[in-house]
Amino acid sequence: MPEIRNYTLNFGPQHPAAHGVLRLVLEMDGEVVERADPHIGLLHRGTEKLAESKPYNQTIGYMDRLDYVSMMCNEHGYVMAIEKLLGVEVPLRAQYIRVMFDEITRILNHLMWLGAHGLDIGAMTVFLYCFREREDLMDCYEAVSGARLHATYYRPGGVARDLPAQMPQYESSRFTSKSAAARLNERRQGSMLDFIDDFVQRFPGYVDEYETLLTDNRIWKQRTVGIGVVTPERALQLGFTGPMLRGSGIEWDLRKKQPYEVYDQLDFDIPVGTNGDSYDRYLVRIEEMRQSNRIIQQCVEWLRSNQGPVLTEDHKIAPPRRDEMKGDMESLIHHFKLFTEGFCLPEGEAYAAVEHPKGEFGCYLVSDGANKPYRLKVRAAGFPHLAALDEMARGHMLSDVVALIGTQDIVFGEIDR
Amino acid sequence: MATRAQTMLQALQGAFPDNDSIAPSLDLIQMEVAPEQLIEVAKELHDNPALSFRQLSDLCGVDYATYGCDEWATDTESMASYSRAVNTASTGSLTFSDGLELPVLDRPRFVVVYHLLSLDHNMRVRVRCAAGDDAMPVVPSVIPVWNNADWYEREAFDLYGILFDGHPDLRRILTDYGFIGHPFRKDFPLIGNVEMRYDSVKERVVYQPVSIEPRVLVPRVIRDDSRYLVDAAPGDSASDSASESASDPKK
Repeated sequence: MPEIRNYTLNFGPQHPAAHGVLRLVLEMDGEVVERADPHIGLLHRGTEKLAESKPYNQTIGYMDRLDYVSMMCNEHGYVMAIEKLLGVEVPLRAQYIRVMFDEITRILNHLMWLGAHGLDIGAMTVFLYCFREREDLMDCYEAVSGARLHATYYRPGGVARDLPAQMPQYESSRFTSKSAAARLNERRQGSMLDFIDDFVQRFPGYVDEYETLLTDNRIWKQRTVGIGVVTPERALQLGFTGPMLRGSGIEWDLRKKQPYEVYDQLDFDIPVGTNGDSYDRYLVRIEEMRQSNRIIQQCVEWLRSNQGPVLTEDHKIAPPRRDEMKGDMESLIHHFKLFTEGFCLPEGEAYAAVEHPKGEFGCYLVSDGANKPYRLKVRAAGFPHLAALDEMARGHMLSDVVALIGTQDIVFGEIDR
Repeated sequence: MATRAQTMLQALQGAFPDNDSIAPSLDLIQMEVAPEQLIEVAKELHDNPALSFRQLSDLCGVDYATYGCDEWATDTESMASYSRAVNTASTGSLTFSDGLELPVLDRPRFVVVYHLLSLDHNMRVRVRCAAGDDAMPVVPSVIPVWNNADWYEREAFDLYGILFDGHPDLRRILTDYGFIGHPFRKDFPLIGNVEMRYDSVKERVVYQPVSIEPRVLVPRVIRDDSRYLVDAAPGDSASDSASESASDPKK
């Protein structure tokens, strides 16, 4: 009688369902996973070490490249840690802008997740739908910061600039015909807030479209219901945060529990799952998109009727305006010192956490009083999630591993750092 | 918030009457624990219903080897101009060949920092555990208390060479297979030791010593910024630098 042995399978790192560069060594018993050993670090760039060699402001751009589908939320965690140590006040308008872009980012992230997750487990169409909406939101990114993805928009003490009064428009080119450009520009006639407002009106309908495609879809349910069930106790023990924790039925959202910026003045709900399986996490994320939409709507209303500064007036931290710098000696000195040396933080340690689309994104900052961080530790939301893949995948089929990677919303930029 | 922090501070002081390092630090509470007591304290933090720190948010290592060192060689003006700062070997301009002379520390070099979260009491606590021996830092593993410490401890081992006693599988996690050294230590050069390229003759990927030059664009400086001194007399700071002498007009 032949000896029956377990089979070791190498999954990735170049696999479309690995969501980047995950190398997974799977020990298989037939088609059932006995043990999963994720090998990470293929995208390790040493962001934290690089941050130690740069003035504080120059690291903001590196934060975008951590979780590269929710850029501004990463920046938010980082600048919040600096602000905590500095004790600097952020102007109210900047706080609303930050919240608005955090929620735009959340929608961007969840759309990317939904599209990729759908594609992984066999739903092609939803991917195309999601990317249609992402396009509009990335235009907002571009309008406000000049970059569609790596915005580098937040600054310690506010945001880099105010919202543009005019939404940028498309021009016809080799790739965009005149009629196509005109069609795209229809919604872009007013200010950026008008454009976002228009999007916010349309978006719940789009979410309904995704739900029509998936929520009661027999194949979708077969692939997600009962897959990767995590009990609330295990979710806590495994360090889950964000939708992964809420999917298991624990109501914990930093936006509600430890409100930062203006979240305590906004009206929104926290969706919570009951079964802790992939399907519940899908429902939680879908509802989060609707709630984010509500938050954006409230921010747009507030921002329309309230003007004000968007960056702190403390020129030890934020540069003075260009025209001030040209005419005023004091401002020139501030400008020179900020751009040659940066600013020094007081000696101390701070931990700032934001509710990132994937969970808790924390920045632990140690300063020895210099103009560069002494130590920066990024607490990536996906790191403990992926660490739990072994436990979640045991006893499931090989094809469910793909569904699990999808439901964890893994992005390697932040896990490998 | 204030009352919640106060209640937690009292609860912590009640649970650990012998520990006099428990103190508020910005919006959380910080405490220091010796490695010998770490497991005991961790269990108490996790199980005591008045504390109930059931989630480990973060675990990381810190290397205090060059804490408080700057790269700005001189305080007065000189003809050597800007480059004076970057001529000395510092953490930023380090290459593999020149060994960085680390200052003698009066405290342990490696510290493991735990950030814990209590969902019941909505509070965070930071536990710092200094590993005694600088040459071979060892800290007990907290995996039995918080299961997700597994990968975090592997990371701290990989990046700092801190050993976790009782860890079931202390492998490297972030660095390459066969990597030598612990890259986040302050005496490890920022540019690294080896680089990788494809060798068309050998038809495989080869490692070679790094070819890039280290450079420091902005030197690390520590300003005695009067704003951050707790009881600085006004006008005390006029001597230091240009930015210091300008008192903030907007404040």
